[in-house]
Amino acid sequence: MRVRRLAAWTALPLAVTLGLVACGSGGDGGSGQSDPNAAVRIEIAEPQHLVPTNTNETSGSQVLSALFSPLVDYDEANKPHEVAAQSVTSSDNKVWTIKLKDGYTFHNGEKVTADSYLDAWNYGAYAPNGQNSSYFFEKIAGYENLQGEKPKAKTLTGLKKVDDLTFTVTLTEPYSEFKTMLGYTAFYPLPKAAFSAPGVLVDGYEQAPIGQGPFKMKGTWQHDAKVEVTRYDAFPGEKPKVGGVEFRIYQQPTAAYADVLSDNLDVIKTIPTENLSTAATDLGDRFQQSPASSLQVLAIPTFQKEFAKPEVRKAISMAIDRDEITKSIFKDSQQPARSFVSPVVAGYRENTIGAAGEFDPAKARAMYEAAGGPKKIELSYNGDGGHKDWVDATCNQLKANLGVECVGTAEPKFADLLTKVKQKQSVGLFRMGWVMDYPSMENYLGPLYSTNGSSNYYGYSNPQFDKLLAEGAKAPNEDEAIKKYQAAEDLLAEDMPVIPLRFGQNNFGHSTKVKNVEMDLFDRVNLLKIEAVR
Amino acid sequence: MFRFILRRLLQMVLAFFGTTLIVYALMFAGQGDPIQALAGERPVTAAQRAYLTEKYHLDATGVGGFFYRYFDYLRNLLQGDLGQSLTGRQIGDILAAAWPVTVQLALIAMAVTILFGVTAGVLAGIRRASIFDNSTLVLTLLVLGIPTIVLAPLAQYFLGVKWQLFPPTAGAEPDLYALLLPGIVLGSLSLATALRLTRTSVAENLRADYVRTARSKGLVKRRIISVHVLRNSLIPVVTFLGVELGNLMSGAIITEGVFNIPGVGFNLFRGIRTEDGPLVVGIVSVLVVVYLVSNLVVDVLYAVLDPRIRYE
Repeated sequence: MRVRRLAAWTALPLAVTLGLVACGSGGDGGSGQSDPNAAVRIEIAEPQHLVPTNTNETSGSQVLSALFSPLVDYDEANKPHEVAAQSVTSSDNKVWTIKLKDGYTFHNGEKVTADSYLDAWNYGAYAPNGQNSSYFFEKIAGYENLQGEKPKAKTLTGLKKVDDLTFTVTLTEPYSEFKTMLGYTAFYPLPKAAFSAPGVLVDGYEQAPIGQGPFKMKGTWQHDAKVEVTRYDAFPGEKPKVGGVEFRIYQQPTAAYADVLSDNLDVIKTIPTENLSTAATDLGDRFQQSPASSLQVLAIPTFQKEFAKPEVRKAISMAIDRDEITKSIFKDSQQPARSFVSPVVAGYRENTIGAAGEFDPAKARAMYEAAGGPKKIELSYNGDGGHKDWVDATCNQLKANLGVECVGTAEPKFADLLTKVKQKQSVGLFRMGWVMDYPSMENYLGPLYSTNGSSNYYGYSNPQFDKLLAEGAKAPNEDEAIKKYQAAEDLLAEDMPVIPLRFGQNNFGHSTKVKNVEMDLFDRVNLLKIEAVR
Repeated sequence: MFRFILRRLLQMVLAFFGTTLIVYALMFAGQGDPIQALAGERPVTAAQRAYLTEKYHLDATGVGGFFYRYFDYLRNLLQGDLGQSLTGRQIGDILAAAWPVTVQLALIAMAVTILFGVTAGVLAGIRRASIFDNSTLVLTLLVLGIPTIVLAPLAQYFLGVKWQLFPPTAGAEPDLYALLLPGIVLGSLSLATALRLTRTSVAENLRADYVRTARSKGLVKRRIISVHVLRNSLIPVVTFLGVELGNLMSGAIITEGVFNIPGVGFNLFRGIRTEDGPLVVGIVSVLVVVYLVSNLVVDVLYAVLDPRIRYE
């Protein structure tokens, strides 16, 4: 349950494949004077919620990233550094001390104190509040007592205020990556004004959230239309280079794309698949790509007899030509994957699956037949996410290279697929996608492959793997932790519970009226870097 | 006349409850796991699930559960409360925001249909087998042959992006100009049907006895056409337009999506996709009223157009 599963890829539009001829409008965006007071217009979808602990999709978190400033953020190497926090320290990875920087205020003038964090986190962890990101607090001591319909406690015992700007967090188990976690949306603070009584959120708070970030709300959230924010001048941190942002809500990425082409919109975060082949000509160098954290895999129900042997799984992996599919079906909008963790996290190594990642039909077939793989393979996927093309292509490769029968089976929704998998009904191999919550190797390993992992749908269990993960969590520093996690990943490479296929990529574009557009690993536009051009 | 309308109004009440019951039952039967559907591919925590299940009585299943939820819905509805969608927003608010823009869009589409469709249909009917008649036939076949899903993005690309005649998208609070292009696209389909319908009807009536009588009386052609032919020819067209008004409101799903208009069609689509039962039933209930009222208006209009039709 820890990791948000690839919502973005399901959102890929279903149809409308138009033979639109590219009309090279060209454009050299990025020259001209920047205007520090102009507002920029960024495309989002209708957010589900705008309460930090209730927001776990990218549109909502894009808006919140304007209104709030996180405790830590990530540098070029995706290691955490302090932003709103002065320091985050621990001697044993279990008791963490968080000191806040002085001078931060909420947009209503209220001072940001340790209580702002404690109140917000307690609210988020308390089960009856039904917050989507509640599970982010599960590592903190006392979390179980806040669960159930009638919880025993209302506050986490692991949270202690030391003074106005200092508090400690006690975890149930040591966790070396806790500091990294703090960059996630769920760990923003809330002002006193957000609560009508202790632990009760003001009705309608999310219509105009009050944060402590570089921008404040301008008016309220206009559902299905837009959310507007303006620069908050009393913000003590790094100042944004624009006067405000209009997050304009689109239902279809194609509409947003048409608006970017005609300069009616400044940034589109994901260029629709049907426009990818022409985007380079349409937008010129205003079409950009950057690494994203998603990973697409083919999951294997290891509990089924026919897939129980690792050789069978490796042979299937070897029979898939990743490069070809990435190129012909995805037009290089994704990258072939041959590791279990994404290149965007520290500790990533290329090609950890070794020989299983090399496309070698002859060897694959020999290996598959020797191991007695099944004569018929089924590939299940959710039909609402635009996965048919690559699944069919994969099937064709398996047919040709392994000499097996292969069918792609569409389930209406991903939820239907998961229900079947959970009930251990036979679905064959099935697709899964993965988006990280915070840049850490553990985030790609723990929930997916540990014996009790919240998203371990394939029945994979390896005591040695579990042990290495636990050791990683206790490791005295990040480098030691990474060593343990890498050893754990090596075990996965031997067992191959899933077949890594592709790493995601941000494919975004912008108008001629902005420059310095950057996307972070969470599918968000970096609002401190973007500039408006006159 | 008054009794007729009163009786129709009473029938409408029955029809309204009947349709909402059916829609509610269909939504109830088709609902898989609305909580998971709401979250997309993200996992739902136990706490979140318990919270939503209780809030929306999702644990009330089976026949008993169905009637419990339906009557709960009806009770709220009679108090003027459409309830909350699964995302926690008031359905009344959603509709209040979506309705005006969809009505505007539908009216533009309707105007386009009447202005171009009916006019061209009359002309084509009068000049049967002329060049005008034949070319409109080809044109209408062409328009009918291109589905909105192709027509709308094409219009957006050429008229909006490439030649910049119209803004490419309309947004939530569009001005009339921004709505014009989506309105024309939306209207073009019913335009073709209205044109064919009017043409046939006019052509038929031109041969009617009363037209021959009028002509032999020596009436001028313009008067024959405008008073005698047109009035009688409009009956099937008005029937069509009445039903079409409802269609335009609910059926603008594609157009609203392409031109980014958060109207009724879009919300209906979103509700169905996320298995948001309350939202779907709420929108459909209002659409049912629109259909019923527009049908009533059509029936009353019959008498205005053709005095031979009497209401009992």
